[in-house]
Amino acid sequence: MGKRTIIPFGPQHPVLPEPIHLDLVMEDEVVVEAIPSIGFIHRGLEKLVEIKEFTEYVYVAERICGICSFMHGMGYCQSVEHGMNLTIPRRAEYLRTIWAELSRVHSHLLWLGLLADGFGFESLFMHSWRLREKILDIFEATTGGRVIFSVCKIGGVRRDVSNETLQSIIKTLVDMEAEVKELTDVFINDYTVKSRTVGVGVMSLQEAHDLGAVGPMGRASGLVQDMRLLGYAAYDDLDFAPIVETAGDSYARTVVRIREIFQSIDLIKQAVAKIPDGEVSVPVKDVPRAECFERLEQPRGEVIYYTKGIGTKFLERVRVRTPTFANIPPLLHCLKGCDLADVPILILTIDPCISCTER
Amino acid sequence: MMSYVTKSPWIIHYDGSSCNGCDIEVLACLTPMYDVERFGIINTGNPKHADIFLLTGSVNEQNIPVIKQIYEQMPEPKVVVAIGICATSGGIFAECYNVQGGSDKVVPVDVYVPGCAARPEAIIDGVVKGLGVLAEKRAAMVKK
Repeated sequence: MGKRTIIPFGPQHPVLPEPIHLDLVMEDEVVVEAIPSIGFIHRGLEKLVEIKEFTEYVYVAERICGICSFMHGMGYCQSVEHGMNLTIPRRAEYLRTIWAELSRVHSHLLWLGLLADGFGFESLFMHSWRLREKILDIFEATTGGRVIFSVCKIGGVRRDVSNETLQSIIKTLVDMEAEVKELTDVFINDYTVKSRTVGVGVMSLQEAHDLGAVGPMGRASGLVQDMRLLGYAAYDDLDFAPIVETAGDSYARTVVRIREIFQSIDLIKQAVAKIPDGEVSVPVKDVPRAECFERLEQPRGEVIYYTKGIGTKFLERVRVRTPTFANIPPLLHCLKGCDLADVPILILTIDPCISCTER
Repeated sequence: MMSYVTKSPWIIHYDGSSCNGCDIEVLACLTPMYDVERFGIINTGNPKHADIFLLTGSVNEQNIPVIKQIYEQMPEPKVVVAIGICATSGGIFAECYNVQGGSDKVVPVDVYVPGCAARPEAIIDGVVKGLGVLAEKRAAMVKK
């Protein structure tokens, strides 16, 4: 056994957009153990539910994370609506699905950019984010916001999107598809990029299952798990199958996310083809009186929303289990035995969202 | 537009306890749509290379030493720009038990950019205003 050194990693680090701290126990160039410490972004916003009305808390829920903000609002709304036995109009469910899938495309493109930045491929980072801006333009045209939309509310959605606008969204996405393909082919085929991802941080199916990996992290190891199969919102009407790879390395995780971009574009096309006409919201006349669990598939994996209503306008408890929290044990497993130079890439391949994790 | 700028400032960005919204907008400023790199504004990870400190999110007990450390490591003259309403006052999270308020409780803030999330145009405007402050601070240092 060689001499052990501890290298502190973070909270401020060029590759990390968000603060997380790891103590890396090194033996020469190899990581023997990684000890995480979190809490730099903890705000304690679950407790805010005691002083904000359940209809206002949607805005707080959306601000759990700025990247999957729409899906946080959606998860909270669905949970409260189920607790009130409130059925929302079908068109609202379809619109939620379309915005959720657009969020997935934007999140995965953002992640591809960060990954490219992580291994120092600056122009690939720029191109990913250039394409992402087109999705943000769609968000701005339909909701008014670029990252925080506040378009989801209890009882439906705040704005309708005209059918002409929906068609123009499809046109934008179809035009984008070729460009996304050109971009993602670099991640899939380029020799230099592959040398940083293939065989790095391998996690077997059994390990993914035991450690509770969720989302693309689990699916890249062959774990067939996609909460959209539960058929919430409009997913019961749409035709899709979870995207699964078996290699379990960083390359497989990249491929899963790349294929999910195209899957999401396909889902949006299906949703626009099937969307019914009608109202987009129903009035809320009751208060939540029940406990409710809701599971959603975010870009990073499964998110669980728990709300408990006690018959007043304030909920008693809101609890969120976010995907990054579930993916930290698999990350620590992958870090063991890797080279120091691979640490940033491995941290990025779980697509960490620290502000979700700590709330 | 930026021809009067005699120096290309380098920025350092730290996420206090923001929701990520402002952080990804800060990064969006650097990418082709807004592209501040054409003016030589580079996002550096090293405080010793940075002129402007972009701070997003509110402060709490655990990140106060980190923010102080980054600020102290930056060479003079330096400018702090608080991005987003959380860094300005705490925003929607002001009543949370682990939020102590805006970033001006820890470091002296020169420019405030409100918004939730702050738009890239506003962030760029804030950085340009920060450049003016930077020039004033430099002039004051030369006089001494």
